[in-house]
Amino acid sequence: MTTKALVESIDATLYAPCAKDNIDAFYVGDFLSRVMGKAPSGCAWITVMNNINVAGVGVLADVAMIVLCEDVHPAEDLIERCKTENIGLVSTKLSAYEVCRNLK
Amino acid sequence: MTSIKQSYIVDGNDFISCGHASEAVKRTLKELGMPSDLIRRVAIAMYEGEINMVIHAEGGVADVEIFSDGVKIYLRDHGKGIADIEQAMQEGFSTATDDIRELGFGAGMGLPNMKKYADEMEIDTEIGVGTTVYLGFKVR
Ligand SMILES: Nc1ncnc2c1ncn2[C@@H]1O[C@H](COP(=O)(O)OP(=O)(O)OP(=O)(O)O)[C@@H](O)[C@H]1O
Ligand SMILES: [Mg+2]
Repeated sequence: MTTKALVESIDATLYAPCAKDNIDAFYVGDFLSRVMGKAPSGCAWITVMNNINVAGVGVLADVAMIVLCEDVHPAEDLIERCKTENIGLVSTKLSAYEVCRNLK
Repeated sequence: MTSIKQSYIVDGNDFISCGHASEAVKRTLKELGMPSDLIRRVAIAMYEGEINMVIHAEGGVADVEIFSDGVKIYLRDHGKGIADIEQAMQEGFSTATDDIRELGFGAGMGLPNMKKYADEMEIDTEIGVGTTVYLGFKVR
């Protein structure tokens, strides 16, 4: 689906723009090592984990966009890091399950 | 054959934002035009090793050697060592504390990920002396 459609469908707040126009791979999870073991390259990663290491994992695992759910809002350092690394960063009130229901 | 050697000090106190060495290596591999599959495998496996040195030891040194057809990484620390390597290699085994889990580490998947992404892996460890993890990667 297009990144724009994704962001709109989950009524998300945009903190850092995503470099990709389309995303067709997704991963849900909070434990960083699980994400690094399973998240596909170029995916949107749906999580409630909110700290600077989330950006680190995003960089190393080639994540295209981080979707913070359950109304978790990113810390300033996470926002800055995502901007420099061209990783999309958004936040939504929806739960991970509700986000997934909107994916196409 | 010529190779590029790099050495990084991994700060044992910086577990809020660790991963600098792995990120630097990832950048170098990109600049060298190595295949993206290799870059991703190296970056993730090295990050897992780097984090382990910070969380489970008191930091250490990462020595990296880049060849035209692969990468060799040695992660050396002088931490407490691993009592039972077989147990440590099992998915889900972790001795991480609750504070560490709150940061998102401690799933017990780091060593299994290193094994999955590297082509060669060796652990040399001694209780009270330290641990050296060797990771070897080949262009596939
Ligand atoms: N460098 C090290 N020094 C001492 N003990 C280590 C070291 N690396 C790993 N261990 C031990 O092996 C266990 C398993 O490591 P592993 O990386 O698989 O999981 P973890 O670090 O606990 O969690 P995760 O990697 O999923 O965040 C650790 O909990 C720790 O007890
Ligand atoms: Mg680990």
